[in-house]
Amino acid sequence: MKIGTKILHTGNEIDPTTGAVSVPIFNAATFRQTSVDACGPYDYSRSGNPTRNALEEIIANLEGGVKGFAFSSGMAAISSVFLLFSPGDHIVACEDVYGGAYRVLNKLFSRLGIESTFVDFTDIGKIREAVRPNTRALYLETPSNPLLKITDLRAVSTLARERGLLGIIDNTFMTPYLQRQIGYGMDIVIHSATKYLGGHSDLVAGLAVAADGKIAGQIKFIQNAFGAVLGPHDSWLLMRGIKTLKARMDMHQRGAAKLAEWLQGRPEVKEVLFPGLSGHPGRAIHESQADGPGGIVSFRLQTEEMTKKFLGRVRLPVLGVSLGGVESIISYPVTMSHAGMHPDHRKRVGITEDLVRLSVGIEDPDDLIEDLESALG
Amino acid sequence: MDGGVRGFAYSSGMAAITSLLLLFKQGDHLVVTEDLYGGTFRVIDKVFVKHGLSATYVDTCDSNAVNRAIRENTRAILLEVPTNPLLKVADVRKISGIARGRGVLTIVDNTFMTPYLMRPLDLGADAVVYSATKFIAGHNDVLAGLVTVKNEELGNRIYFVQNSVGAVLGPQDCWLVIRGLKTLSVRIDRQLENARTIAEWLSRCAAVKKVYYPGLETDPGHRLLKGQARGGGAMVSFEVADRGIAEAVLKKVRLISFAESLGGVETLITYPAFQTHSDMEPKERERMGINDRLLRLSVGIEDAGDLLDDLCQALYGVEENR
Repeated sequence: MKIGTKILHTGNEIDPTTGAVSVPIFNAATFRQTSVDACGPYDYSRSGNPTRNALEEIIANLEGGVKGFAFSSGMAAISSVFLLFSPGDHIVACEDVYGGAYRVLNKLFSRLGIESTFVDFTDIGKIREAVRPNTRALYLETPSNPLLKITDLRAVSTLARERGLLGIIDNTFMTPYLQRQIGYGMDIVIHSATKYLGGHSDLVAGLAVAADGKIAGQIKFIQNAFGAVLGPHDSWLLMRGIKTLKARMDMHQRGAAKLAEWLQGRPEVKEVLFPGLSGHPGRAIHESQADGPGGIVSFRLQTEEMTKKFLGRVRLPVLGVSLGGVESIISYPVTMSHAGMHPDHRKRVGITEDLVRLSVGIEDPDDLIEDLESALG
Repeated sequence: MDGGVRGFAYSSGMAAITSLLLLFKQGDHLVVTEDLYGGTFRVIDKVFVKHGLSATYVDTCDSNAVNRAIRENTRAILLEVPTNPLLKVADVRKISGIARGRGVLTIVDNTFMTPYLMRPLDLGADAVVYSATKFIAGHNDVLAGLVTVKNEELGNRIYFVQNSVGAVLGPQDCWLVIRGLKTLSVRIDRQLENARTIAEWLSRCAAVKKVYYPGLETDPGHRLLKGQARGGGAMVSFEVADRGIAEAVLKKVRLISFAESLGGVETLITYPAFQTHSDMEPKERERMGINDRLLRLSVGIEDAGDLLDDLCQALYGVEENR
């Protein structure tokens, strides 16, 4: 079955008791038990809720993992996965990781004795150098946020296997429609499902998928013990969003490719970062491991002043945090998505004052170009 | 409602508690109520201890024992008032006074009382945590956790963790909790009345060995609770003669549902040793009185007579006995 079909025909599309063609929303905190010794399939909604479980099955199925887990936000998914580690453990993460993941590692998990090192994941040698005897995991995004750098998944998985490390990847930018990393040897896939999977900027949700039963058991324990779970309404909204994932993603990519080309031809633009462009240094690797460039285009204008003026003048894209919605969202990483990152770190990796991140929506690309053109001028 | 300066909503009661525990760091120590909710025990014992936190479990009814348990590295005292499932009552005023004197935070899990019956911040606590799934939402239809704080500085620290970790409550569920909250007083008034009637009846039952309900004048926690809360709450625990009877009651109840959770408009019965507290060491459980003969009732708003009939037939096989 092709993934575009799989998105719709998940095994959960018909409710077995009523025939309803949408998963029912089970607003139940608890479930009646019939025996002291054997619990029914559900006992308490934090441990399992039928609506949430349907969503968890869908994402596990799409990512090709053994089990999925739904959380109250992308950060709740990421934090729950980090809670698998113990004091003294070390994580090597890609340096231009989402600011929220950087913050939680540096300000919170560091207090609990979990160390992390941030390196350029486009260079496998640098990852290898950063691995220590106490390293337990590699944590990455490809394409990365917001610089859209590409990591070679095969090389990273090989390294992880050689050194006995967990490979953890944030697949928010690609979604399983475009990139399925468990096939490349990753152990845990994470999503901020608020973005492309939800797709309408109308809910906050996180997902995690485990590649094998052992890791699934560990995540299940944390999900239940910590309880940062997604409620049934939001689980339902997310399933509703996933139904149009392919249709939306196709449009996002087409628009992004057109805008990236156009931006490249503008004198006000210093650099365009988009893995679909022929000049992108990671393009070949990306094309070998993903089915498309995605819908995010980052670019630098000539000066900081120009950038701020431009952001103040755009009309069609929404100026704001987040991405992946049907409407275009334009953001300024320095003060928005990556505000949680130390300024020196931002500067070192290139998240600078001239950088703009555009999440291309499904509007007509010509209208977007017209709007950006007038904002630049 | 709690008289705090700031509130925070989480995706579950455990998410609220875990987010509070994430305020602490390696080497920090907590003093915790010994017969507390099994989920809190589990996250401390299996997750945070691994992360270098340590905890001493004490009988928090004994304020001196709490004082003795405080060490140089103690950062917080975590109290449940009344405790779950034994409904023991700690002196919140006295303990938060001791804690303040020694630079330690007092956190009270007020799930069983709700702000309608008790306001721990007024009694000196620094933060209050709720499983809002229970009495606050009150309909067994939503999972939610809440935290309230008395001062801005602690509020900022809690906000930092809430935002960084993101175990937040979605807007639909927030709305359901707010909707539930509107009927809090009418629900609790009725639940209290029913709980008292049931506790009194159980106290007279030959098949029942022990009744735990701080709303009864004979309960050891009654006087203390009266001094800090407006009522005894809607939880009634009781011990029967043996495991066989306990299991038979769970099997025979008709109106009352055998299910985990509490605080809803419908009456639920739980078997703490095997459900809510199954993660505790069996020996520890037994020592505290959370044994295989103990049952916990969350009393709903049904007609009290119907509830007594159901309990009566479950205990004795016939309704007329009562």
